[in-house]
Amino acid sequence: MTPVATPFFFYLLAATMLVGGVMVITRKNAVHSALALITALLAQAGLYLMLYAPFVAGVQIILYAGGIMVLFLFVIMLISIERTMKERQFNKQWLIGMVAAAALGGLFIAVYTTTTKGAALFPEGRLTYGESTNTQDIASLLFDRSTGMYMFSFEIASLLLLVAIIGAVVMSKKRI
Amino acid sequence: MHAFIDYIQSYLSSDKTPGADGNIFWVTVYILLVFGGLSVAVIAMNWLERKILAHMQVRLGPMRVGPHGLLQPIADAIKLLLKEDILPAEADALVFWMAPMIVVLAAFTVFIVVPFGPTHAVTDMNIGILFMLGVSSLSVLGVVMAGWASNSHYPLIGALRSSAQMVSYEVAMGLAVVSVILMTSLQTGTGTLSMIGIVQAQQAQGTWFVFKFFPLGLIGFFIFAVAMVAETNRAPFDLPEAESELTAGFHTEYSGFRWSLFFLAEYSAMIAVSSIAVTLWLGGWLRPFPNLLHGATWDLAFSLIPGLTFLFFAAICFFNTVRMPKHPLFKVQTIGLAGFGVVLGLIGLAVFIPMVRDRVGDIFWFSAKVAGFMYLYIWYRGTFPRYRFDQLMKVGWKILLPMGLALLVLTAGAGFFEAPVKEWLSKVL
Repeated sequence: MTPVATPFFFYLLAATMLVGGVMVITRKNAVHSALALITALLAQAGLYLMLYAPFVAGVQIILYAGGIMVLFLFVIMLISIERTMKERQFNKQWLIGMVAAAALGGLFIAVYTTTTKGAALFPEGRLTYGESTNTQDIASLLFDRSTGMYMFSFEIASLLLLVAIIGAVVMSKKRI
Repeated sequence: MHAFIDYIQSYLSSDKTPGADGNIFWVTVYILLVFGGLSVAVIAMNWLERKILAHMQVRLGPMRVGPHGLLQPIADAIKLLLKEDILPAEADALVFWMAPMIVVLAAFTVFIVVPFGPTHAVTDMNIGILFMLGVSSLSVLGVVMAGWASNSHYPLIGALRSSAQMVSYEVAMGLAVVSVILMTSLQTGTGTLSMIGIVQAQQAQGTWFVFKFFPLGLIGFFIFAVAMVAETNRAPFDLPEAESELTAGFHTEYSGFRWSLFFLAEYSAMIAVSSIAVTLWLGGWLRPFPNLLHGATWDLAFSLIPGLTFLFFAAICFFNTVRMPKHPLFKVQTIGLAGFGVVLGLIGLAVFIPMVRDRVGDIFWFSAKVAGFMYLYIWYRGTFPRYRFDQLMKVGWKILLPMGLALLVLTAGAGFFEAPVKEWLSKVL
């Protein structure tokens, strides 16, 4: 089925993401921040869907919105909200924050507009995989003998997560 | 007008789900049907649970409202809607109001991909099972929000328990699901996450996945069957709402309509996870014994079962109509029960019509299997004592998770070596 009202949904999801993102850093109540972050992550999953990547969208929901954010909330609920509400913010780093954000935005624009050897880094039409075989296509990009090209980076990323898990265990357990 | 009728009729000749066909009219019809059917199922479950639990404990259960308490759920619903909607002092109003809606949304949205038949689903997604697990995992957010926003101790503890429990059992659940997805790839070489595709893989391989690589499929099914009870916060894993310890857990402070939303969500989540189990292990809409009892005669015999089931229920209604007390006060109830029996009987007769029979047979088998799971849920609640929290965590992390990992490796091994071993055996023997 061909998509309908693509620009409308793109702007809707993008606006939801931006509002959610701003609310994450402006809410004083940590639980509200976490909920705003969940909204932003869900809108991001919607954007993945619009990019014909349903598998990534599903994983985004199941991992970030369903898994990681629940653990976030779990930890936040254990902190005393009343005290943090009254406390003055001590991380006033507007200047550095602005510079970093501007640098990142500039980098994005630079990457988007740069041409190497006369060709833009971002081609006009994007590479799309069929909706009905999306998961299978991702699997063959990862694991196939001839077309798989992301196996190494995938495994490196999972190694990084393993290191994080081991680190957490080492830090929380005095004697193992 | 003519174009509209043509648009409606254009779907009838298609053999795809309305979502895949892109027919908005039929998508709307299917969504309404699923939503209505689900609401009726929740109402029926409410009555059945109270009745069955009562009979297990040698009580009568609801008997006052309607014959054998049949109208009790409706009376309860009216009572809940009329109750005052209380907001606790210093509660976080916005989060408090949003929580039940998130839980209900998550519980109902998953039914988009539930396959009641090869074409009887709202839509078929390439990421079907992933979508179901992902969206149903969002309901824990609602539970946590409800517990925190109530600004009260019992709900907070209930929410903490529930989030810990649901996150732990999701891992074991996911491993069991992955083993099934490995099995779908056996004959064709490419697996599938689509709910319809998983059932079709079982059809192609000629076996339900619960019997595949005996006993590996059965172990996977067992892991899922335990984890799904924990995921839905039902007895014996109902620590988040343990009455004896936490009053009512995360929804202690809720009353009236908002409480009934939690109730609705709990039961539709139970139906949702049961339909995952049915789709993945018990062959979805496929009828039982396709290999043992095959052929045209058996097909006909099995296609008559849906109608016979309804007639059986109608017969029970008439039997109890005769047994009703012969007192003038019971006259209305007796007529009502007889009328209910007539309705059931007419549905049963309608299902015998060959055209209807072919269309609803798969829906019947799917619903019957799910109903079996619903009975199991009630049975668990009637028989098992509640776990302690450390026992719960031990079962999740130290028993189910290692079992799931071993199952995954063994399933992969069995799938990999199946063909070579068969070839070798055929040479040796």
